[in-house]
Amino acid sequence: MSNAARIAAGAAPLAAAGGERAAAVEERAAATARRHRLEVLHFAVAVAAFGLAAVMGVTQSLSRAGFEVPFRNEAVYYVSMTAHGVLMAIVFTTFFIMGLGYLLLRETLGRIALEGLAWASWWIAVIGTAMTTAAILSGSSTVLYTFYPPLKAHWSFYLGATLVVVGSWGFCAVVIASYRAFRQANPGRPVPLAVHGILTTVIIWLLATTGLAVEDLTMLLPWSFGLVEKIDPLIARTWFWWFGHPLVYFWLLPAYVIWYTILPRVAGGRLYSDQIARAVFVMFIIFSTPVGFHHQFGDPGIGSGWKMAHTVGTYIIIFPSLVTAFTVIASLETAGRMKGARGLFDWIGKLPWSDPMFASIALAMLTFAIGGFGGAINAAYAMNGMVHNTAFIQGHFHLTVGTAVALTFLGTCYWLMPRLLGRELKFRRLAQWQPYLWFAGMMMFSLTNHITGLEGMPRRLFAVDYQGAAVARQWHELTMVSAAGGVVLFVSSLCFLAVVIATAFWGRRIEPPPIELAVPLAAQPATRNVWERFGLWTAMAVVLILAAYAYPIYHLYAMHRFGSIGYQPF
Amino acid sequence: MQVELYERIWMGLAAVMIACFLAVMISSSVAHAIHPPSHVETIDPAAVGSDPDFSRPRVEVRRDGSALVVGTAEMFAFKPETVRVPRGKPVTFRLTSPDVIHGYQVVGTNANAMILPGYVTQFTVVFPRAGEYLVACNEYCGLAHHLMQGKVIVEEPRLAGQLGPGQQAAPAAAELGQAAARGAGNGAGHGGQHGAEHAGRETRR
Repeated sequence: MSNAARIAAGAAPLAAAGGERAAAVEERAAATARRHRLEVLHFAVAVAAFGLAAVMGVTQSLSRAGFEVPFRNEAVYYVSMTAHGVLMAIVFTTFFIMGLGYLLLRETLGRIALEGLAWASWWIAVIGTAMTTAAILSGSSTVLYTFYPPLKAHWSFYLGATLVVVGSWGFCAVVIASYRAFRQANPGRPVPLAVHGILTTVIIWLLATTGLAVEDLTMLLPWSFGLVEKIDPLIARTWFWWFGHPLVYFWLLPAYVIWYTILPRVAGGRLYSDQIARAVFVMFIIFSTPVGFHHQFGDPGIGSGWKMAHTVGTYIIIFPSLVTAFTVIASLETAGRMKGARGLFDWIGKLPWSDPMFASIALAMLTFAIGGFGGAINAAYAMNGMVHNTAFIQGHFHLTVGTAVALTFLGTCYWLMPRLLGRELKFRRLAQWQPYLWFAGMMMFSLTNHITGLEGMPRRLFAVDYQGAAVARQWHELTMVSAAGGVVLFVSSLCFLAVVIATAFWGRRIEPPPIELAVPLAAQPATRNVWERFGLWTAMAVVLILAAYAYPIYHLYAMHRFGSIGYQPF
Repeated sequence: MQVELYERIWMGLAAVMIACFLAVMISSSVAHAIHPPSHVETIDPAAVGSDPDFSRPRVEVRRDGSALVVGTAEMFAFKPETVRVPRGKPVTFRLTSPDVIHGYQVVGTNANAMILPGYVTQFTVVFPRAGEYLVACNEYCGLAHHLMQGKVIVEEPRLAGQLGPGQQAAPAAAELGQAAARGAGNGAGHGGQHGAEHAGRETRR
């Protein structure tokens, strides 16, 4: 009904105008949601995986501490641990990252090239996720999320995982095609920083998944289909960790993209340095893959000289993260100063600590500082023996991927929902508390695992009592604290799910706020520069990967080996 | 590219810190000969039970007081389950698995190695304090993973000729070199290590 028709109909003009406005808002909100359907469906899968995995996480932490949770037995415990790892570390992260990538392409470049491929990739990844999840929950694939052979899963576990990776490759192709289209349409202009970061993520993912693809296609799939009888556990582990460490940067870099390009804006400041951020991304492309042996220090069959070489690589990759810490904190300082802070530290108090997204990311970064130094201990050639495969490791990665990355993603959901769905956040108070609960729960969970790990408690244990062994008694109390941390984390997860679900279905329609990214402090070069030589940086990365891996892998294949038959855990 | 002064200072400090970390790590691992277990030797996992070496899980004490532990990690037990070794002497472990991957962690020490089927894990440690240590499997190996445990008992070194239960005398210390050369196709470990084990130090618990 047009305005004129309304007035002619004799309705009170003011109310009509109000109604009209409301209808227009409703219309624009709905249009926004339609426009972002691709991204929203990616985030929806991520949130669903997170919810399912959160339930499993809390039951594991309670079960390990000896609480008789329903259905508690070894089989359920290890099924649930496999599912928790796969759903959190692979499904939640990958779908969120793909959704974020598509959103940033659409918003900063104006369009997504090959959107049909993006949709096809979503379907492939969803089918793969369903297959793998079904394989795990059926109990036929209890191989944990590292799936080291000769533990053998049902073939659908490996095939489903392969499809998720194939779907993510579709995402990579879309990002690369969108970037190329941008370059052609804008000769000489630098790509927006957010896309620079997403493209970096995609390049690292392609380099990393090469190793996984070799393990999967030449070893795991033929073996699980029964085409070959034996598999070499060490070669499989080596390809797995070729993939497994850069996987960490696949998780982390999208979080960095958020820290660099969204967070300063949310805090009310500027990005301290756009060029340094680009340099950081480039360093990650070059150095993120030739580091995998620091996960295999304890393995036989790999010379210690190569292990040392990978240690050096791992320490180099600490550098760009330290630089990121400076740039992001300096950006937040600009926010505090723009709000009138004058002293050395009072800018911290001026930051929007009650904004759920800001609080999530600030706590995520704080946690990463602890987790990062723990990571340096894990990668230390001579110290690793103290912590390898102990609870220290699970403590570590719950701080890094489990908080630095995951809490950043959760917080970003609060920021995304009004902008993508045109709906106001429901239960804002819950959203404000959720990151603090997460932080508290994670400190209880992770710090205790660090301590028991240093005391020698292995990871991945159904029970920690070792039939009354004296040394195991000292682990018991800390494992209880860790279980309490698990409960707090679960409450935090429930808060998150309540806010997200209520907002998505029942949030009040509002005018979608604009998606605005941080503006750099200093004027930026108007022309494309060396940081955008992606081909060159990728070539350097390939050279380093070959230097770090070609000979050890050749040597493994050349050795006289026997191989192992598969073992179904139960 | 223009870089702010404070940013340059921070980057400099970060680089120096990382360089220090690496320098300390490399120099200490060289000076104290602390290296991760990196022995290169293969074995048929299906034939572990009939292998002349691994079919006899045992502890051998040599004349010089050092010891050799030969054993297996399998679902869901260590063989030998209890290991008595001398305090303050090099103890060399030679372990393999006939089934899946296991871990061998002497809790409270840095003796911590992966046991992969098809490969022989070999490493040498010195236990400076006597006592009873839990050995835990720290790689998930199936439903009873958490029940898979053993024991290392570190004792004051005995006089030559005196043997504890579960120990047997070894005539010479030369068998190790032969054992390392015996495995099929091993040869030199890459990266400059020659299949020889590395002395780890037990660390404070």
